[in-house]
Amino acid sequence: MPTIYTNPRFPFRRPPELDGKGGSARVVIVGAGLVGLTLALDLARHGIASVVLDDDDTVSFGSRAICFAKRSLEIYDRLGLGQKLLDKGVTWKVGKVFFGSSLTYAFDLLPEGGHRMPAFVNLQQYYLEEWLVEACIETGLIDLRWKSRVVSVDPRDDGVRLDVETPEGAYVLEAEWLAACDGARSTVREALGLPFVGQVFRDRFLIADIVLKTEVPFPTERWFWFDPPFHPGQSVLLHKQPDGVWRIDFQLGWEADPEEEKRPERVAPRIRAMLGRDVVFDLEWVSVYTFRCRRLERFRHGRIFFVGDSAHQVSPFGARGGNGGIQDADNLAWKLAAVLKGMAPDGLLDSYDAERIPATDENILHSTRATDFITPKTEAARAYRDAALLLAREHAFAREMVNSGRLSLPHSYAASPLSTPDSDAWAGGPPPGAPCVDAPLADGFLLNRLGNDPVLLRFGDGITGSLPGLHTVTVPSEGVAADRYAASAGTAYLVRPDQHVAARFRTPSTDCLAAALARLYGRAAVEAAREAA
Amino acid sequence: MLDTAAKLADPDAVFVTLVRAHHDLSPEESRRLDAALVLLLANHIGDAAVLEQAIEHARRAVCAPTGATEDQGTPP
Repeated sequence: MPTIYTNPRFPFRRPPELDGKGGSARVVIVGAGLVGLTLALDLARHGIASVVLDDDDTVSFGSRAICFAKRSLEIYDRLGLGQKLLDKGVTWKVGKVFFGSSLTYAFDLLPEGGHRMPAFVNLQQYYLEEWLVEACIETGLIDLRWKSRVVSVDPRDDGVRLDVETPEGAYVLEAEWLAACDGARSTVREALGLPFVGQVFRDRFLIADIVLKTEVPFPTERWFWFDPPFHPGQSVLLHKQPDGVWRIDFQLGWEADPEEEKRPERVAPRIRAMLGRDVVFDLEWVSVYTFRCRRLERFRHGRIFFVGDSAHQVSPFGARGGNGGIQDADNLAWKLAAVLKGMAPDGLLDSYDAERIPATDENILHSTRATDFITPKTEAARAYRDAALLLAREHAFAREMVNSGRLSLPHSYAASPLSTPDSDAWAGGPPPGAPCVDAPLADGFLLNRLGNDPVLLRFGDGITGSLPGLHTVTVPSEGVAADRYAASAGTAYLVRPDQHVAARFRTPSTDCLAAALARLYGRAAVEAAREAA
Repeated sequence: MLDTAAKLADPDAVFVTLVRAHHDLSPEESRRLDAALVLLLANHIGDAAVLEQAIEHARRAVCAPTGATEDQGTPP
């Protein structure tokens, strides 16, 4: 163990601070994991340099987060890594739910065509981290500092002072802005003494990643069993990954001994019971985990932002951990870039809390409900669960109650202060705050046309209203794109740099576009205050 | 006619509400709570024929022999 993948070792390079130079950075990111690297790359795409500190010198051990949801794939496509994910990852969209020894129902997560990205791609986290490191280096804007441990954090009004330890000595680094992407056991969070409270679930799960040596003609689908004959009384989840790796999650119950359950002699019989007595396989990675749902009260603390697992934790059912963290980075990067470039007031950064806290609460709610469904706490809860599963064979209404994880869908920033509420009548289309929906165009896909900057997406020619300097994308006023945006000739959507909708108009005027753009960058509040003064 | 179309805006929330209703109850109280719920809802529906159809569907779901379908849920 493991045999498929050898972790790269990134070199420690002596930073200038150890020789009395440097000492300051506009943006420092703590943690070169999935979320920290994504944030660094997104900032670089906006022209912002950063220093990334990581106490290790490699990518993640074991496959860890494996299910990348459509919205995450669209974010990585915007950042230039989408094709790599599609080429290497295992694409899936069908899920099946079993109860006892029989199939209860199957579901299709993306029955509609005409999207560049599928519902999900399964990929070991280490591959994506490795590509992110390469992409970060290519930008020439990201100073990746491996073997660099943050040992103290001193927040100030105008920045953050960090003490960093390295194999060749310690130094002080002054950051204008700090992003804590240092995971569930965040050093920065602990240094600030911030409470991180929530619900602990009294259950244990075994994750086994295996490489099959025997041919098993098994479909590329997500299979979930409640109470299967090969693992009675518990649940099992199966996913396929690249390189012939299969991820199996066995529910073990609270009484299980984590150390004992991790032993290969213990794991192998469980896998044989499931896949057959004669199946030959290698154990690639084994882990036993418990989980909890919790978050910080606020994700912004002055000049410090908590991003990903340092800010919130969820149960794995629904693939909301990694995908949530990626969406945090996607939300913060353009805002921080706009403030650093002087395009927006500091207040824009408060919208990171206003938008990502409701998104996090949605993830926590769904993952808590899934966990309660999978692990019923009372006899009554188990009876209701089993009844829903039994009814689900025949009845669609009961399938909607069966919860083996409500799989991560993009969050809509419905109540965002950056959105301009609709003033026209709309019958469909993504409302303000929602992510833009993809659609096929004559020469590719709609989302690929939007880029990293705010865009006016116009349907048809002969449009009213324009703004100097605002990038415009024009698409036909008839066809799939127009249908998905409930658009007619003249319709325009103002799209944010993170490709969410800021505002939409049937017949935009220059004034209403200017007002919507000012609101998007948090300038409306500042201007209103100035006028009042 | 019993309407079995999916009608709830948030089925997960309704499921949680039903489970929570049993919080802190003994097994016997729990059985009685479910029975009381069924009686209340039966009265609300106010149609004995619909109730009989619901009973038929429920019995079919609960009493069906398990493992009867072709798909065994294990890899071939």
